Amino acid sequence: MGYFLFFLLAVMTVGAVLGMIISKNQAYNAIFLILAFACMGGLFALLEAPFIAVVQIIIYAGAIMVLFIFVVMMINVHSGISAEKKKWIIYLSPVLAVILIIELILSIKGAFSLPVSTEIIKAGPTDLGRLLFTKYLYHFEITSILIIAALVGAIVLVKKKEKK
Amino acid sequence: MTETLYETLIIFIKIVCALVWLLACTLYLTWLERKESALIQDRVGANRASIFGIRIIGLFQPFADAIKMIFKEDFVPSFSRKFLHTMAPFISFFFVAITITAIPFGDTLRIGNRTIHLQILDFNVGLLFILAMLSLGIYGIIISGWASNNKYALIGGMRGAAQVISYEVALGLSLIGLIMVYPSLRLSSIVLYQGELLFGFLPKWGIFLQPLGFVVFLLAALAETKRAPFDLPEGESEIIGFFTEYSGLKWGLFMMVDFMEVIIVSTLLTTLFFGGWQVPWLASDGFHFPWGGELLLSHVVVVLLQVAAFNIKVFFFCWLQILIRWTYPRFRYDQLMDFGWKLLVPLSLVNIIGTGIIMTL
Repeated sequence: MGYFLFFLLAVMTVGAVLGMIISKNQAYNAIFLILAFACMGGLFALLEAPFIAVVQIIIYAGAIMVLFIFVVMMINVHSGISAEKKKWIIYLSPVLAVILIIELILSIKGAFSLPVSTEIIKAGPTDLGRLLFTKYLYHFEITSILIIAALVGAIVLVKKKEKK
Repeated sequence: MTETLYETLIIFIKIVCALVWLLACTLYLTWLERKESALIQDRVGANRASIFGIRIIGLFQPFADAIKMIFKEDFVPSFSRKFLHTMAPFISFFFVAITITAIPFGDTLRIGNRTIHLQILDFNVGLLFILAMLSLGIYGIIISGWASNNKYALIGGMRGAAQVISYEVALGLSLIGLIMVYPSLRLSSIVLYQGELLFGFLPKWGIFLQPLGFVVFLLAALAETKRAPFDLPEGESEIIGFFTEYSGLKWGLFMMVDFMEVIIVSTLLTTLFFGGWQVPWLASDGFHFPWGGELLLSHVVVVLLQVAAFNIKVFFFCWLQILIRWTYPRFRYDQLMDFGWKLLVPLSLVNIIGTGIIMTL
């Protein structure tokens, strides 16, 4: 049963990511990405890490992608890219592709040199919370300050200037 | 071998029972809504549906409604994005229906030497699981609005998504105080904690320990169900909503999802704030009253009492939500956003700080 679910979810994840890359409609891209995130949540649940699974779904599929979909569906871009920009794409894309391939090879290498400790992954919400507030306190606080700064910055940029 | 077979069979029966319970409640909630609204508006309400002339105060009405809905034409507009248009109601339905798996209906039932938990899945993050599934339900709204390819439906969908995602913030924050008091995300443990007594006589229900959290959660959950006074996403008659381009059974699914959300919110209110299946002073062997009396009961009676208590509490909250829906007028959009962000979110933050201060005292 576990194997069956794993292969089902794995195939769905890869299929969704492929669909995201191939599809040309931005809204479909976003929907495929949500499907991929949801399947990833399922994979985490199979690893007996229900907390990570649920958080993955709440944050990525439930919150971040909603904003993506909002923008994509409201703006609804139809026009293609201008010829001038296309030139840039032709020059830039091979460079980015090479960097991506190097990164992928490195990460696959890392995946083969197991065992990676799964203790952190399997930790329940209690252990995770304790680690966040003791060992990783500074990382946690700095991240939260960064996020709040980004939030305030976004609001300041969007806010209309008041007439004096 | 037979052991695993029995286990599988028990899980299968539990799933079927829970789903049948949810759908039967949904069916009769439509009847309750019609009758209660009729009472409020001084009418008689639906009472004509009959089988062989037997009418019993319109109890057959839900079946008549269902038959009507099935035989309506299922019209898909030619300009819509057909696949997603068809998918959207099912997405909505799925993510609401699946939350029932984490709800504890009762404690354990002993048959012979076998113990059965009256809950399908006992997650250690059950509470977060329900919130995650409810947050995914938002895609049903957005996708239906977009796939209809109709500007009004799209705007309705965006309005709905903006409302649901805004109130999710208050909904999640209002529960943090509760998690601090009952230090667990496992719903069955939260219910077990609520069986303890405060000052020796008051059950430790969430409503007594987290009154402010309860108020914020109730208001935010009302907004999540997308019914009046928060029914801007749908706006049945005046402003055009996200399911304008739907008809027949697909529209029926959206309507059922609304009612199912009412039930799920009621089960959550019961489980988190009103002791779930706990009956005050009822332990596993019978009543132990704080004034000294005892009333010993057999195991089956205790289990039946617990399940009945859960059901009565859920029906009470369903009734309350219908009462609210037929009493208050709709919010204006800016009032809705102000209410969520400027009142409920600060109140839930105050609740977290207050809970923390009281707990450290």
